[in-house]
Amino acid sequence: MSQAFRTADGGRVDRSRPVRFTFDGRTYGGLAGDTLASALLANGVHLLGRSFKYHRPRGLLAAGAEEPNALVAVRRDAARVTPNLRATQVELYEGLEAHSQNRWPSLAFDCGALNDFLSPFIPAGFYYKTFMWPRAAWKSLYEPRIRAAAGLGRAPTLPDPDRYANRFAHCDVLIVGAGPAGLAAAAAAAVSGARVIVCDEQSEPGGSLLSASARGEPAIEGRAAAVWLREMLAALAARDNVTLLSRTTAFGYFPHNFVALNERLTDHLAAPDGERPRERLWQVRAREVVLATGSIERPLVFPGNDRPGVMLTSAARTFLHRYGVRAGTRTVLVTADDSAYESALELKRSGVEVALIADLRESAPATPGERARLAGIPVLASAAVLGSSGRLRVNAVRVARRAQGGAIREPRTVGCDLVLMSGGFTPSVHLFSQSRGKLSWEETLQAFVPGRAAERVRCAGACRGMFGLEEALTDGRSAGTAAAREARSPGRTGVSPGELRAPEPAAAPAQATASEPAAAPASAASGGGAASVPAAPTSGAKAFVDWQNDVTSKDLALAMREGFRSIEHIKRYTTTGMATDQGKTSNLNALGIVSRSLGKPIPEVGLTTFRPPYTPITFGSFATTARGELFDPVRTTPMHGWAASQGAVFEDVGLWKRARYFLRAGEDLHAAVNRECLATRASCGIFDASTLGKIEVVGKDAVEFMNRLYVNAWGSLAVGRCRYGILLRDDGFVYDDGVVARVGENRFHVTTTTGGAPRVLALMEDYLQTEWQELSVWLTSTTEQWAVIAVQGPRARAVLEGLTDIDISAAALPHMAVATGRICGVPMRLFRVSFSGELGFEVNVPADFGAPVWEAIWQAGQAHGMTPYGTETMHVMRAEKGYIIVGQDTDGTVTPDDAGLTWAIGKSKPDFVGKRSLQRPAMNAPDRRQLVGLLTSDPRTVLEEGAQILADPATPPPMRPMGHVTSSYYSACLGRSIALALVAGGRGRLGQTLYAPMPAGSVPVQVVSPVFYDPEGKRLHG
Amino acid sequence: MLLINCPYCGERPEPEFVNGGQAHLVRPRRPADVSTQEWTDYLYRRDNTRGVQAERWRHARGCGRFFNALRDTTTDQFLATYKVGEPRPDAGAAPGEPRR
Repeated sequence: MSQAFRTADGGRVDRSRPVRFTFDGRTYGGLAGDTLASALLANGVHLLGRSFKYHRPRGLLAAGAEEPNALVAVRRDAARVTPNLRATQVELYEGLEAHSQNRWPSLAFDCGALNDFLSPFIPAGFYYKTFMWPRAAWKSLYEPRIRAAAGLGRAPTLPDPDRYANRFAHCDVLIVGAGPAGLAAAAAAAVSGARVIVCDEQSEPGGSLLSASARGEPAIEGRAAAVWLREMLAALAARDNVTLLSRTTAFGYFPHNFVALNERLTDHLAAPDGERPRERLWQVRAREVVLATGSIERPLVFPGNDRPGVMLTSAARTFLHRYGVRAGTRTVLVTADDSAYESALELKRSGVEVALIADLRESAPATPGERARLAGIPVLASAAVLGSSGRLRVNAVRVARRAQGGAIREPRTVGCDLVLMSGGFTPSVHLFSQSRGKLSWEETLQAFVPGRAAERVRCAGACRGMFGLEEALTDGRSAGTAAAREARSPGRTGVSPGELRAPEPAAAPAQATASEPAAAPASAASGGGAASVPAAPTSGAKAFVDWQNDVTSKDLALAMREGFRSIEHIKRYTTTGMATDQGKTSNLNALGIVSRSLGKPIPEVGLTTFRPPYTPITFGSFATTARGELFDPVRTTPMHGWAASQGAVFEDVGLWKRARYFLRAGEDLHAAVNRECLATRASCGIFDASTLGKIEVVGKDAVEFMNRLYVNAWGSLAVGRCRYGILLRDDGFVYDDGVVARVGENRFHVTTTTGGAPRVLALMEDYLQTEWQELSVWLTSTTEQWAVIAVQGPRARAVLEGLTDIDISAAALPHMAVATGRICGVPMRLFRVSFSGELGFEVNVPADFGAPVWEAIWQAGQAHGMTPYGTETMHVMRAEKGYIIVGQDTDGTVTPDDAGLTWAIGKSKPDFVGKRSLQRPAMNAPDRRQLVGLLTSDPRTVLEEGAQILADPATPPPMRPMGHVTSSYYSACLGRSIALALVAGGRGRLGQTLYAPMPAGSVPVQVVSPVFYDPEGKRLHG
Repeated sequence: MLLINCPYCGERPEPEFVNGGQAHLVRPRRPADVSTQEWTDYLYRRDNTRGVQAERWRHARGCGRFFNALRDTTTDQFLATYKVGEPRPDAGAAPGEPRR
């Protein structure tokens, strides 16, 4: 198809570079510099999508980021499909493949359009009222169907093969928007030497200047707009203190002038080289921000205002002047704004027949109206639009004159293939509002403009109602100068924004005649937009307010009839202004309708919150490099490689990879764990305990510090001895535990649980820095510095004897002793400790020596039947001994007494963290849950961890459980299952039978001591 | 992302810090001597300030030091940061919301 709607010349497209592309499988021609939207329009294609809910045919409403309807999927390959792109922002490249969405089987014939006829049954909030029965069907039947029928595009299911970059940047002045105001601000700020970043979402900087008409364009500083733009960009490019970013959307404004930008680097290229990132996330911290985000034209609400061929007047001007495309052949302009008159003349000059200007206001503006009439364009004032017709493209509008009292006179049908709407311009205050700046209602503009700022931010140009080109330039210059001055002022302090500044109140709108329509057509003082929105029409046809979410004026009326008054509630009930569009074209019209219906002025109705992102951003951009292996750090011990080579199956414990068990041929988890347990208790096992948290507590007040922090009495611990330490929070509940060794007079080697190391160190630092500043103590994390090799079992001593210079005889190194010496010539702290209940040692060597020392011990162990074991066997063996694991057998509500650890508490200490709380009455109630053992009557039954404990299995629900199972295993050594549980008054119930409900029925359990194995501890002291 | 002025390191981004709750709570010197009600208040009762609040921060992924800050909870703006042990600065009224 030829580009029949392309003008003979003009525009910023490159007529020497034709581009071929496909839309829904059909090949079209366009030009370099086109968007998908402009290229399709050049080919006369107006039908671009189906609406969200009613599947109505939709075309282009706008020419930029505010486009709510023309959402397409662009496909490069099976993994590179980007859905929901606005066709107005998709830059054309050779071979581009685009598809329409939300239609089946085809765009022109869509079965979903049945919804349009069913629309009386599916008004706003219909899903709250119907599909209620049966209840279960909502999740399984109704919701999936509704979601499939409503919708946007589909995301690809393959992993995203592209790369996304991340960059942090700091600058003195960040300018958002490179239209006339933004560029003027950039130039002014740059002169002072300030570091300036200017970003703009479009393919090239220039903003509204890109849509300046070739003929009637305004002069800037004595030059044509295009020339001024070229020179301005060259001047900025020549400065090394200015970074100018195109294709870069500032999508979120966060506290303390932190602004997130999304830069698109390759989406416009026919063949990206694969090396460059697809997108870059800029996280910019700006000392000062200037928002020059322009304005968006408001549509008008009349029946049938959504047919393809009905669009904003500003969009038609952009298609004409920037892309050299006529949006139609015969047009009717529906307006409440003076700017439409100049647009009509421009369109007429370009060869578009202008059938009528239907002005909704009482009278047409004098001068513009006269100029239109002189050009032969009929003007109808006090117009009412009754409807439009045409199935896949508008072919006529029905207009009439509204007489005094609202009566409709002289209805007539005007044939046309293009209907343009001018409802005035809405300043784009999205980012300002995101920054928590307050908006104020400007009656003369019928729009919200930025009010009091909450950040160091200024607004310039059309985004604060300065619509005229000259005033926008002046406004931008002064904002840029002031921002640069303040950013670099020497008296500027710290992070606080200083006093908050309200921008100057918006100046009176420019004279319509003086302001040429280059920056953006002047919004006339006569006021368009919201004020001109009619109350909900009475005819049956739909008048759309929110094009993207298919919300009509009737939906708003329905919501108010049902009693919704708050604009926030109306928004959620009708979905107007929600989703990716965030009400760019709909917010003010919705407000206007609600305001009129409720009889409340718009400022009292209020405005809903603008949320980031301004336009949709890919997930890849947020993830940046944090994917796959880089998603999270992985911590491995020095012996990780050895374990992997021995068939270890790893588990994640925090960020650590820990060997859970070692699989041999033909084994499953249970077989491996049973074998490891039996072998360790029979001869010896070797276990990697390097992940244990380790903190070196040093200083002349180290003992006092430990006394104040841990429950234990540390003064009585001799150098060279260890003690099982318990740490509470001040609320009295167990926070962490671990063996603490006194390795010197003023030096402790504190171990913590694997997961608890950071929070224990933080708690220690907290008390030391804020409560006990008088103590002279230093805390150092040594978790990563020590490799820890646990050698456990009756043969453990025999294995180590030949390797170390330390006397490890039972007399010289009894249970809970610690000694410093060497192993295989390597410095070592040797702990005689056991978490298995067997004779045990923990060899601490510098991490770099962990692997070779492990290997040496392993070799020495071969003669003694040594077996490597993992965390699962460690868990079973400690449960056999009734040793708790903090976080598994405790849950933040367990006191030392609940866990049976009262023996550890230093009774004579005046205070320790948590001591006072242990005296609270509730902490000593008789029915507190206490740690006990449970034995099932069938030794093969292994209870589920988390199973509730009941006194009587026949208790009808709701029953109040008296406890729960915290640990449960099969013990190969005991030949039966064992479990630990927290049971109300548990220690007083030894011998009782209670019940644990399991999926197959209640299991009777006997309450026993939590120590199942070697209760006298003979093996420990061997 | 907040920008926080560590009194020891200068301005650093929020992910380097951990908030430590209300500032200027002093642990009773002799907890055994205080009533259960006083102890409970110390443990659990916190202000829920709308406006300027003194709060603790720790530069956890930096120098590791605790410090205090005055932050306006309605605007997220910091009025001051200061070292542990220093008195709460007289920051006057917050620049943001009117006091309610």
